[in-house]
Amino acid sequence: MTRISYLAAGGMLLCLVAVAFAVGRYPVSLSELLSVLTGQPVAGSVETVVLQVRGPRILAALLVGAALAAAGTAYQGMFRNPLVSPDILGVSTGAALGAVLGIFLSQGILFIQVFAFIGGLAAVGLVYWIGSRLRGHDPLLALVLTGVVIGTLLGSVIALLKYLADPYNQLPAITYWLLGSLASISPKEILYSIPLLLAGLAPMLLLRWRMNLLALPDDEARALGVDVRRLRTLVVVCATLMTASAVAISGIIGWVGLLIPHAARLLVGPDFGRLLPLAMLLGAAFLLAVDTLCRTIATIEVPPGVLTALIGTPFFLWLFALARRRW
Amino acid sequence: MRRVSRLFFLLAFVWGSCPGQSAVTDATGREIRPPANVERVYAAGPPAGMLVFAIAPGKLTGWTRSMRPNEAAFFPEPYGQLPELGRLTGRGNTANVEVVLKAKTDLIVDVGSTGETHASLANQVQQQTRIPYALFDGRIESTPAALRALGRLMGDPAAAEKLAAWYENELKDLKQRVARASSHPLVYYGRSPSGLQSGGKGSINLEVLDFLGARNAAAAARPGLATVSLEQVILWDPEVILTTDPNFWKSVWTEPRWRSVKAVAAKRVYLSPHLPFGWFDFPPGANRLLGAWWAGKLLYPKEFDFDLRVKVTEFHRRFYHREPTKAQLDALLGEPGVLPQ
Repeated sequence: MTRISYLAAGGMLLCLVAVAFAVGRYPVSLSELLSVLTGQPVAGSVETVVLQVRGPRILAALLVGAALAAAGTAYQGMFRNPLVSPDILGVSTGAALGAVLGIFLSQGILFIQVFAFIGGLAAVGLVYWIGSRLRGHDPLLALVLTGVVIGTLLGSVIALLKYLADPYNQLPAITYWLLGSLASISPKEILYSIPLLLAGLAPMLLLRWRMNLLALPDDEARALGVDVRRLRTLVVVCATLMTASAVAISGIIGWVGLLIPHAARLLVGPDFGRLLPLAMLLGAAFLLAVDTLCRTIATIEVPPGVLTALIGTPFFLWLFALARRRW
Repeated sequence: MRRVSRLFFLLAFVWGSCPGQSAVTDATGREIRPPANVERVYAAGPPAGMLVFAIAPGKLTGWTRSMRPNEAAFFPEPYGQLPELGRLTGRGNTANVEVVLKAKTDLIVDVGSTGETHASLANQVQQQTRIPYALFDGRIESTPAALRALGRLMGDPAAAEKLAAWYENELKDLKQRVARASSHPLVYYGRSPSGLQSGGKGSINLEVLDFLGARNAAAAARPGLATVSLEQVILWDPEVILTTDPNFWKSVWTEPRWRSVKAVAAKRVYLSPHLPFGWFDFPPGANRLLGAWWAGKLLYPKEFDFDLRVKVTEFHRRFYHREPTKAQLDALLGEPGVLPQ
């Protein structure tokens, strides 16, 4: 089952990438596409479209999808809760606040993204710092509750900034950022975010077998010789790094980090070592499919968050009904 | 019969002795009856503030948001320092009705959208405060009519008529110049730091382009703001790009992915001036006449052969009551990207 799932997911991903390269608002024929990819000269803007616009965007969809799915998988395992998504500790809200602040201060795209990235890290840092100081509670519960209240607080700061923003200029920009989009991805941004994504992913991949122990009660894991606290901190740091760098370039795109881990778990079971790579493959494929639709079906862009929700809600309910016994 | 005619004369006398008492129908069809002497006018948003200020600067009680020093420098003292009173209707209500009352307002004016949402808000505030609340259409072509009606309400019909007649004349002149133009370049208007926000035909944000009869590349997009993909912009391949975002203007030259767009290759990407009010898109008020001159000069340089500095000076003198200094004009028009080098 595992091998079949991997092969199927990998094959689907390759097909999707091929389709994504072939379709778009700018018509590119198959022969033109092949010439560009093999480095032969092509007339007109085709080369720019394929190498500077469409290619980076496909790569971004793959990276963001995989990152959100990986972070979601790690969190769902760690919190032993199927309703957890990567933003449970406030990373998305923090990133949103950073981006909104950047727009409010009339910054360019690069600084908006840097603000978003720092905002995401800072929010989780704050939640973790407060949450781990609340003694006498289940540490995970304390963390989640702190995440919820800090997230609400940051949300109202965002609301305040929206209220104070210039309604003709900044407010639309803020609204569009919060909707999420891969429309303005440039190759440069991807180059910046890849090392950050890898820095978050590598420890998780290396420790993927040990991650299962996080699902055990603390004392049992400790009896097996694992420092749960340290492992947990590491997971939070890695997941936050990945989510923050993803959200910084894409804006907020919901559902991927919640839905995909479930789909993967349905296919290969809860073992983290097998789950993580499959979830990343599926997450990449899902977001690529969604984003390809977003950029092709209309003259204007469709916000990906709207499509992920439209697809995600029924799919999630169906999965939930189906997988009830596993949780 | 004699009694009736005496009554008639009496009525006529009372009527005539109360200037400003006559009812004015606003753009929503509501009858507005201002008090005899309108001395303090609250403008619900920047477009309304501009018109009230242009007609009678002393009657404006405050700006929607307080002016920053570089904006205030364009207005005579003390008007750049008028207090911040907030926005009353439309997007983002920041004013408190009590603030409006405290400002001892005789009349509330809003200029912009006149749809049902805004009309009902106007009614509601009028009932709450018992201050007459007039709403006028903010489209460029409706500006003369709004000025005239506002002048009657404020009791300054002569000043308003002067402005309205001049504005009307300038709009006519613009239209004649456009009509003479032989070629209409394809224009893309890119907002936001990414430059990928635009609007279709009928968007209030691109009204200047529609007014100029320009060919909007994004005409097929929805009327309103929307995000478009860069691939789509490359496909449209506009000959001229206009923007209001300095960050986008700067990045468009360094980003390789924009390089193949005709406007970028031909170095025809222009940045709208934004002081003291934006010229091209926002705020959506009378200020956009400046944007129409500016964009007209960029799109139809042969037909728009006037000196922009003279035009800008005249607009400022009439609407902002102070001519810009030479240094201010240099700063406005000499900013990189505003005009062809």
